[in-house]
Amino acid sequence: MSPHADPHDEYDLAPGEEHEGDGSVAGSIVGYTIGLVLALGLTGVSFYVAGSDLIWKPGIPTGLVVLAIAQMGVHLVFFLHITTSPDSTNNVLALAFGVLIVLLVIGGSLWIMSHLNHNMLPMEKIMQMQR
Amino acid sequence: MQMLGKLSWDAIPLNEPIPLVASGLVAVVGLLVLAWVTFKGYVPYLWREWITSVDHKRIGVMYTLLAMVMLLRGFTDAIMMRAQQALAFDAPGYLPPDHYNQIFSAHGTIMIFFVAMPFVIGLMNFVLPLQLGVRDVAFPTLNSVSFWLTASGALLVNISLLVGEFARTGWLPFPPLSELQYSPGVGVDYYIWALQISGVGTLLTGVNFVTTILKMRAPGMGLLRMPMFCWTALATNLLIVAAFPVLTATLAMLALDRYLGFHFFTNEAGGNVMMFMNLIWIWGHPEVYILILPAFGIFSEVISTFSSKPLFGYRSMVMATMAICILSFLVWLHHFFTMGAGADVNAVFGIATTIIAVPTGVKIFNWLFTMYGGRVRFTTPLLWSVAFMVTFVIGGMTGVLLAVPPADFVLHNSLFLVAHFHNVIIGGVLFGAFAGYTYWFPKAFGFCLDERLGKIAFWFWISGFYVAFMPLYVLGLLGMTRRMLRYDVPEWHPWVLLAGFGAVLILCGIIVQIVQLVVSIRNREQLRDVIGDPWDGRSLEWATASPPPVFNFAVLPNVEGEEAYWGIKQRALSEQRLGEEPVYEAIEMPRNSPTGFITAFFATVTGFALIWQIWWMVMLGLVGAFATFVVFAWRDVVEYEFPAEEVARIDRERRRARAAALPTLRQPT
Repeated sequence: MSPHADPHDEYDLAPGEEHEGDGSVAGSIVGYTIGLVLALGLTGVSFYVAGSDLIWKPGIPTGLVVLAIAQMGVHLVFFLHITTSPDSTNNVLALAFGVLIVLLVIGGSLWIMSHLNHNMLPMEKIMQMQR
Repeated sequence: MQMLGKLSWDAIPLNEPIPLVASGLVAVVGLLVLAWVTFKGYVPYLWREWITSVDHKRIGVMYTLLAMVMLLRGFTDAIMMRAQQALAFDAPGYLPPDHYNQIFSAHGTIMIFFVAMPFVIGLMNFVLPLQLGVRDVAFPTLNSVSFWLTASGALLVNISLLVGEFARTGWLPFPPLSELQYSPGVGVDYYIWALQISGVGTLLTGVNFVTTILKMRAPGMGLLRMPMFCWTALATNLLIVAAFPVLTATLAMLALDRYLGFHFFTNEAGGNVMMFMNLIWIWGHPEVYILILPAFGIFSEVISTFSSKPLFGYRSMVMATMAICILSFLVWLHHFFTMGAGADVNAVFGIATTIIAVPTGVKIFNWLFTMYGGRVRFTTPLLWSVAFMVTFVIGGMTGVLLAVPPADFVLHNSLFLVAHFHNVIIGGVLFGAFAGYTYWFPKAFGFCLDERLGKIAFWFWISGFYVAFMPLYVLGLLGMTRRMLRYDVPEWHPWVLLAGFGAVLILCGIIVQIVQLVVSIRNREQLRDVIGDPWDGRSLEWATASPPPVFNFAVLPNVEGEEAYWGIKQRALSEQRLGEEPVYEAIEMPRNSPTGFITAFFATVTGFALIWQIWWMVMLGLVGAFATFVVFAWRDVVEYEFPAEEVARIDRERRRARAAALPTLRQPT
């Protein structure tokens, strides 16, 4: 890509996006370090929150879910470089497709299986019928 | 601890003459072919030019050949079942139950995994890079690995004929029947490992083609300028990437149940049989669209070419394809309406299923409108396409009928269902594969197939199909269930005999197809395709020579609109001269590599050893496969250079042939 066709300059970069011009080792080390610190921080906070009464007890699971989703975001952005930049459109679409399929498959399976289990006769009844 | 695990001389079916003679015959013929090839000194040529080839065209041809050979095997199973049912009215027939069960299981497994899949993947392999205007797929060596892993799975299924047995569970190994308790033999293990190995190959193909389509297109070839076949291939490969891991995981769980005493799908200890049905159909329903979408693409190309018109409603066709791609993941429960999920779940999936008929209907109308007002040439590929439209609409309507849960409760597990899915798979996928085979054959080999014999084969096939499968609808409504060994209902007998006669007609069609191939090869000089565009084509594969040089295009074509080649051709015809001769440059091409063949060899060893539980051999196979990968990963020379003078010489020859033909071609009006 030529330098003037490049739409984003120093201040127009999504977090985690690698610098186009200076694809230097130092630049990417900074990115990965930020990611590592954030990831470790989020992990530490989850462990701390789970074992303390910093937040309201029944709210702890919700808090952990929020932290887990943030953790996923950090991994996607800083380690897998899924960003909003035009170069990663394919990656974002692939991720969206994957998430959609996983939601359909898991959500659908849970729904179907719960109905199947609900409608199934208890084992003793089946045994009686076979007799 | 035995050296050879469960393997012993008992594995050879000495007391069953039919499989013994059949497999002996196959083995003898195979050895004769090998001996002939060795004697004639063709081995080095085959090794250099085909077995180690990473050229997508060669790999595509090998996939298609594998599919056609396996079609013969699958059809043999089919006609044996038809013969059994024809004889088995108030009589035992000629097949013992044990063998009959293996035959219907092998028939389904082979037809789906080793005929339909390699056929469509082979055609995609051959055509995609040519239509996209590029020199190869994204990962050429991986492509060769994919092919050889598929071949390895096919080999394992055929070994089961002579050594041991095949599954008796039907084409999907439903537990608890497929669990160790009820299937203690190696049949289900053959099924599992053959499919796991070929499944890895298919998944790698999916990754390869998605990357190729998204990342490697000729300059100017935007996504919405791609030929329709590329779009359907994109949808198919997205589905492969999303669905095949589910199959692998499900079969892995079944393997854990059988090998290590797990309880995923057992009756006792918390296993859930219904979970297997759920998981296998999450893969199984997208699978049918994986098969049919490339066929839709082929029909789009064929109908547009032979109607001498651009495809009607290109964008609506793209929309319909991608809609089917997503919707195919929303309907899997219709394969087990009767398992008891209840009215609301059944209703949701029933409605979702009928909705899929909408984008499919859009496609049918687009094809009809493409033909409407066109200058239609009734060649063999077009005949297959027209037959497809009629047949597929019938199959689609019975499908929508089956999608209504109350109707399904009456018809499920009957021959009505069998008739329905043969109606769409033969009338859709197989007719599409035959259309594509006839259409692209001259591109692959430089000469056309004999038209007269092609039409005779077509008429045998289409009449045979209707005679063989329409009676099954009647039989289904008369209450005959599928997979029946014998019966005593007199009303069924004439219909069963009629269906058997249909299978004989199809057999005649297959024989004529073989004759057609032989005759065409013999008459290749008269059938020669000199300019590389025998059908007055519209997409880029017809811009290059037939057969294309190894690098496909001397200079990557510059795409300036939809139907890239049509534009170039019209300009050349109106100006009565070709474009300026380009500046030829040397071309970097990937080197051939035996990686695929050697990996698949070790995969076969591993699979065979796992089936017979020969653990030292399992280790040997895995280490061998890994070592092959390491050697490949550490290679130093990846590509070789095709010299510019050679490129120029080859391309000037093509240009000379085209320039000479220009005045003789149909002029633009």
